[in-house]
Order: sequence, then C-alpha cells, then structure tokens
Amino acid sequence: MRESPRSPLLELTLLRAKEFLREPEAVFWTFAFPVLLALALGFAFREKPPDKLPIAVEAGSGAAETAASLARSEFLSSVVLEREEALAALRRGKVAMIVRVESSQPVFIFDPTRPDARAARLEAGDALERAAGREDRLKPSIETVREPGARYIDFLMPGLLGLNLMGTGMWGIGFSIVTARSKKLLKRLVATPMRKSHYLFAQILARLLFLTGEVVVLVGFGWLVFGVAVRGSLLVLAVTCLMGAMSFAGIGLLVASRANTIEAVSGWMNLVMLPMWVFSGVFFSSERFPEALQPAIGALPLTAVNQALRAVINEGASLGAVSGQLAILAVWGAVSFAIALWIFRWK
Amino acid sequence: MPESLAIDCQDLVKKFTDVVAVNGLDLSVKTGECFGLLGPNGAGKTTTIEILEGLQEPDSGTVRVLGSTWRDHPHRLRQRIGLSLQETQFHEKWTVIETLRLFRSVFGDGIDPEELLLEVELVEKRDSRVGKLSGGQKQRLAVACALAGKPELLFLDEPTTGLDPQSRLRLWDQITRFQKNGGTILLTTHYMDEAERLCDRVAVVDHGKVIALGTPAELISTLPGANVIEVASDPRLSEETLRKVPGVREVQVREDAAVLVVGSLVESVPALLSAIESAGSRLVNLRTHRATLEDVFVHLTGRHLRDA
Ligand SMILES: Nc1ncnc2c1ncn2[C@@H]1O[C@H](COP(=O)(O)OP(=O)(O)OP(=O)(O)O)[C@@H](O)[C@H]1O
Ligand SMILES: [Mg+2]
Repeated sequence: MRESPRSPLLELTLLRAKEFLREPEAVFWTFAFPVLLALALGFAFREKPPDKLPIAVEAGSGAAETAASLARSEFLSSVVLEREEALAALRRGKVAMIVRVESSQPVFIFDPTRPDARAARLEAGDALERAAGREDRLKPSIETVREPGARYIDFLMPGLLGLNLMGTGMWGIGFSIVTARSKKLLKRLVATPMRKSHYLFAQILARLLFLTGEVVVLVGFGWLVFGVAVRGSLLVLAVTCLMGAMSFAGIGLLVASRANTIEAVSGWMNLVMLPMWVFSGVFFSSERFPEALQPAIGALPLTAVNQALRAVINEGASLGAVSGQLAILAVWGAVSFAIALWIFRWK
Repeated sequence: MPESLAIDCQDLVKKFTDVVAVNGLDLSVKTGECFGLLGPNGAGKTTTIEILEGLQEPDSGTVRVLGSTWRDHPHRLRQRIGLSLQETQFHEKWTVIETLRLFRSVFGDGIDPEELLLEVELVEKRDSRVGKLSGGQKQRLAVACALAGKPELLFLDEPTTGLDPQSRLRLWDQITRFQKNGGTILLTTHYMDEAERLCDRVAVVDHGKVIALGTPAELISTLPGANVIEVASDPRLSEETLRKVPGVREVQVREDAAVLVVGSLVESVPALLSAIESAGSRLVNLRTHRATLEDVFVHLTGRHLRDA
C-alpha cells in the first residue's frame, strides 16, 4: 500500500500548519487574544443612555420646588445639599452646577470652563423658565441618531480585524522562518532539490488556512456580542481579508528574509509595524492626521486594509468600491514577496 | 571528465576570517567507491564535504560532482545526491514520518517513507515528534533522509558519531548495501575501525590538505613496521635507549607511554624487556597491536586523531 508522494508545496504547507497548531501559545495569540481585546474595548465603550447632568440645590426656602422643577428635565438630575456640601460636590465634580435660591430668584454657580457645567446652566435655565410658566414659541422635534454602524464598536471591529491580519501575518511568518534559520533547519532543506519558492509560498498558504478561522471568530464575535453586522457581501469581505493577509505575509517574509535571531526579527517587525499602529486608523480615524500626511498614510497596507474592511462591513461597499485599497495590498504583497525571494538568506 | 569519477576537485581553498579551513585540497572519488576522509578536529573535513555538496562556495579551486558543476546544474545535482550533515537539524514539531514524507516529496524518484522507517529501525518512533528522539535516533533519521531520494552519491559527515554499537553495525550494513547497488559514498569519520572496514580508499586530511591517500592497507604498509608496542616504565627509558632496541623502526614518546613501531614482536618484545631490566627500571605497562590507520596518522603528524 505504497502511497505516491504528495507535492512538496502541499507537504510544506501542511507541515507549517501542523507546526502552528502544535504551538499552543501561537494559537492563543492568533485566535483568543483579538477576541479578548475586542471584548475589553467593546465594554469600555459600550452604548449607555446619555448621563443626566447632576445639579445641586442649596438647602433653604424654595429649594425643594426648584429641585423638583430641575428634575423634570430629561437631561438633569438634582439633589438638595447644605451649602458646604454643595461646594464640596462641585469641587469634586460630582455635580456640574449649584443653584441657590435668593429672594425667589435662582443664582447659578458654576465653572464656565467646564463644558458639562455650561450645558447644565443652559438646560437648568430652560427648565426653571418653563416651571415658571414660560411658553415655548418653537417646538423643535428631536430625532435621535443611534444607528448600528455609527457606534464606536462598529468603527473598532474592522480596525481590530485589520490589526489582527497584520499581527498574525507578520509574527507568524517571521518567527517561523527565523527559528528555522537559526536552528539550521533551512540549511538541511536547501541541501535537497526543494524549490525555494515552494518553501516561502507554503508559509503564505499555511497562513491563509488559518485566516478563515481568524476572520470567522472575530467577525462572528462582533456580530453576536456587539451586533456589528457585515453590511457588504461576505465574498467581498473574504477577498479583502485574503488580500490583506497575503500582503502582510509577504511583508513578514521580507522582514524575516535576513534576520538570524528572534531578537533581531522582533526589532524589525516592531519597526515596520509601529507607523501602522499609529497612523493606520485602528482605534481612531486616520483622517485626524494632517492633510499633508494623508497620501503616505493611505499607502500603508494596514490603512488600506482598514479602509476596505470598514467600507465593506460598515457601509456595504462593493468590490469595485474597494478596488483601490486591494490594489495597494496586491502591490505590497507581490513586491515584498519578490524581494524576499531574491535577498533571502538560507543559512 | 570520465564518468568513472563521481567527485573530482582540485586545489580547493576556503578561508574564514581567522583560519584557512581548506588549503589547496585535491580529491577524486571513483564511481562505486566508498571513500573516507579522516583527520583531527578542525582539519577541514566538514568544510570540504560541504563545498562538494554545494552548500559552501570555495574561495578558489574547481569542483565537479557526477560530471557537472554546482554552477551549471544545481537542481539536477540535488536530485542525484543524498547527504547528512555533521549535525543535521530537523523541525522538532514534525513527526518522524512527516519529516520523511517531506524529504521524499522533493525528489522525483525515491524510497517510500514507511520503507525508510524499517530501514533505519525507527518504526516505533513513526509518530513521535523529532524533538523527542534521542541523539542516535536523530542520527538515524538523518541517514534515512539522506537515502530518501535514491541518490547515486551519498555524503555522510560523521554518520556514526553518537550511535550505539548495534546501530553502528547496522549503518555499516546499510552503507555496504548502498555501495553494492552501485552507489558512491564519501564519508568522514574519526573511527579508524570504521574507515578500515568500510572504505575502499581513505584520505588523511590535516590543516586543510590531504597528507596521505590510499587504501587502508596501503597506508598501513607505509609504516616502517606492521606492529606497534606501547610501553611504560618507571623511570622511563630515554628515546635513545628505545631506538637501540633491535627491530624498532620508529619511536614516539608520549606523556603516558612510549610508542614503538616494530617489524616483529617476537624480535623486539624480549629485547625491550631486557633493556628495561638492564636500565634498572620497572615495567609498568606493555601493550601491542597490529598497526592501524590511527598509527599512520600518529606517524604522519605526531598527533592523535581524536585529541589532536
Ligand atoms: N563558518 C565558519 N566560520 C569560521 N570558521 C569556520 C567556519 N566553519 C569552519 N570553520 C573553521 O574551519 C576549520 C575547519 O573546520 P571543519 O568543520 O571543516 O573541521 P572538521 O575537520 O570537520 O572538524 P571536526 O572533526 O571537528 O568536525 C576549523 O578551524 C573551524 O573553526
Ligand atoms: Mg566536521
């Protein structure tokens, strides 16, 4: 029952995949870590009903009625306190403003440099005027905007997905190659007729095997726990992730192409990834950076991935709409793979 | 080049920053031959064999392997040779069978991995991670990988170092069988018995040069005598006294004993004993053996193979 040998590319890809699965730490950092990060950030920034602005009313005649009038506003809460207590509460920021009643007229005590204090002052003025019988001449109707897709978590999830594609792509490939080089495993392999491009390409292919898992876990998590829905087609999402992963795998290969030690490759990886952590808009929009930097920022692969992912997930963009970003990714991937193959140190 | 030479290299030189590892080395290995490179640590054996394997570039000199050069046909040559490095490293997370499958897969023609397992007696370790193998088992795996592509030419750098006696005998058998099936072998070793038993011809290398070349028997016959006496006495006899003992052809005085190369034991041993007695000295130790390659090496360099 002699089986005919499989292709070396397939063998190498499967071995790389098994190698990864036999490394529990690597599996954790790839799958569990991004989920934990999303969970932590998701709860830190979860949607709450807008807080009511707390206002202290100084104890005295008319205090109780004033407090009741204030509390009738949907944006305010009120509490009656002795003068000293009220001042202490204001200093500590527990209340935004103090209202004192002096000969039936309110006195507003607040720090105008605090935005919440200014808001409290306007809202309290309105509330007391209405309580005193003012008729509003305008009756603006209010539309609340709290659409899914416009929340912070909606912005964050695609960014985390992009960040994860970059991290696992670069670390996964970089460590595997530098370990093989420093332990002289590569030396033995290049002494066989193995095609060098097969070895490098297998690294990328094995990466793609796990990509599906990574994307499904993160996207599924965002959807189930935070209701972050994918508005675009799953196919376009898949293509975007694939291009992103290939691109970072290529860059990972390039960064690892000459390094001899894990320390060296870690340093280079961090150096390459640092600008992207800062500029590529994972946690906040990259449009906040100066206009002059935008072309450079837009050319970074992580920016391209994040923009494309946000367009697909949040806005339901079509393949055509993200083709610019995909082209940027393709160029990064292809160019870095080619250079890596060329300058790769096998011993 | 005539096809009867599997390896032909001339005037190889390889310098590292602080040492000339190979210093004008010539070597030719005939097709079907088992050829041994002997020499002390640092002699340049590994450097030489890696140049021949196309893993290192010589600074100068010419190399032809199986009729072509590494520059002209690297891929085709790789298909036709098999090798084990001095310390072959494999991926610790791969299992034995996975490693063999990979090596098999890169060769157009080859031996089935399961068959290789049998061949090197690693069947029980089939599904063990390579990182869990003992040193000798790893060494056997290295040999299996060397054989995986049905090579015509096999390079083995210290293949039996670290093997237990049984595994060593088994590897000798494998090498002999490989040769019987028409294969050519170039190996390095520190074991003289191994070289004498396996090798058709050997080259003794020292300081990056071949200092002696021939069949083991030829090399041994270059010694001035066929027997060796190691003698220790208290107090020691001077070198001069020892040289005067009848039949003694050569004397080397070492720290622990004197080594005499003699023609005939029957002639020299009684004479040596009476010389010791008449010098008022006491015999501490006396050993004799037939001359070996080791003695050839000592004769040529004044040093021992293993502790030079
Ligand atoms: N990559 C290298 N860089 C610097 N020096 C080296 C390198 N490889 C070998 N050498 C030096 O070249 C000389 C020959 O080394 P080589 O490994 O060829 O010896 P060897 O005969 O195989 O020794 P051993 O019996 O110990 O295996 C040694 O002095 C060694 O230190
Ligand atoms: Mg060596």
